[in-house]
Amino acid sequence: MAAEYPEDLKYHPEHDWARIEGDVATFGITWYAQDALGEVVFYDPPEVGATVSKDQTYAEVESVKAVSDVFAPLSGEIVEVNGALTDAPEKINSDPYGDGWLVKVRLSDQSELETLLDVAAYRDLLA
Amino acid sequence: MPSAAETLRRTALHDRHAAAGARLVPFAGWEMPVQYEGVRQEHLAVRRHAGVFDVSHMGEVETSGPDAEAFLQRLLSNDVTNLAEGGAQYSLLCREDGGVLDDLFTYRLPGAQPRFLTVTNASNHERDFAWLAEHAEGFDVTVTDAAERYAMLAVQGPEARAAVASLADGELPARMRTATLTVAGAECLICGTGYTGEDGVEVLVAPEQAAAVWDALLAAGVTPAGLAARDTLRLEACFHLYGNDLSLDRNPIEAGLGWACKLDTGFVGSEALRGFEPADALVPFAFTGPGIPRQGNPVRTEYGDGVVTSGTMSPCLEVGIGMAYVPAAAARPGTPIEVDVRGKPRAAEVRPKPLYKH
Repeated sequence: MAAEYPEDLKYHPEHDWARIEGDVATFGITWYAQDALGEVVFYDPPEVGATVSKDQTYAEVESVKAVSDVFAPLSGEIVEVNGALTDAPEKINSDPYGDGWLVKVRLSDQSELETLLDVAAYRDLLA
Repeated sequence: MPSAAETLRRTALHDRHAAAGARLVPFAGWEMPVQYEGVRQEHLAVRRHAGVFDVSHMGEVETSGPDAEAFLQRLLSNDVTNLAEGGAQYSLLCREDGGVLDDLFTYRLPGAQPRFLTVTNASNHERDFAWLAEHAEGFDVTVTDAAERYAMLAVQGPEARAAVASLADGELPARMRTATLTVAGAECLICGTGYTGEDGVEVLVAPEQAAAVWDALLAAGVTPAGLAARDTLRLEACFHLYGNDLSLDRNPIEAGLGWACKLDTGFVGSEALRGFEPADALVPFAFTGPGIPRQGNPVRTEYGDGVVTSGTMSPCLEVGIGMAYVPAAAARPGTPIEVDVRGKPRAAEVRPKPLYKH
């Protein structure tokens, strides 16, 4: 699978993405992050209702060999977690921007959006 | 990322790994393939069919001369006089205090003069060779660093023997036996040993001929497998990994390797082990809920604390598995234990060896 970085997402330098829909954002990890980690075999989601803070870790994904912290690109309250990943964490590899989403968050500070990278800036970071 | 390639050693199969799309990583001073297609697929290919691992980073020491057997009997923990010509034997190399310097396979080679080949772990090879060489005084032996002479391929899995046999000019050796055969045109020392819990062989061959053997194995349908799968396979089979489950700080009795220590042979370290009552025991365990144990995770039991030495997600059992040193009273299979995985208590249970078997 070739590297892919959708135009409509916002990116965090720790290789996380956010899809903004009004005051709710979906978070996940980027193609680069899942490729570096290898096959994800375990996802430990946070609790619905928990608070996440921008630039802080809120979950862990693990491959056979390594653990990777997942950083919140934005602050807010978790309103949904992707329960399907408990049985099929490999979706994080096969569809990192679709079925491999991690959490949905009700944003607490819209001004943080400005700090995120657009796809061109994120690609520059990877280059 | 700065390239460390200049300082890392490459095996004779480096080009083959690159061509196969391997992810190459530094390992014990070598640039080694950690995976090709993916650790799960490679793991399952070995469990169901056959896989080939390049383990050329492992070292070899040749010991020859009239006193070779007496010398190795003094240095290795097992009874080397029980090692027949063409045989293979597992043993530990210990310090006087019983701390483990390495775990090793030794092969007694055929020939008029006594001749042994000992396979070392890559990270310990230089220390092992120095230790053996400095203890050779007083013995009529020649101890030679033979690591440059050999590439090593491990061909493992239920179909491994058939694949190697289809390329060989004679019958493969039985388990724990060796034979010199021509495989794909190359003279090879074939050993009925492995590190996966599957049937199979390990192949020692001159580095310049390794690619021919590799290519023929792949053409015969054997899957290239990396060090990541080697680790998950050996952990399911409960084989020790030096640096994780074995170290200078633990002796073979604690590690459950008393069977490979024949104290009456008087090997270096045997005095320290005589009458030793281990407070801790190395045990396999499996998680009974979510999570993946990792090396260094603290362990809590009803009888006291312990520590995880190896941990992974088992591709066959699909749960977290590992090995841990725990108080001896907690070593009985079925004993519930708790592993602290980065602050989260995870439920686990001591299991019998091996964790996975066909």
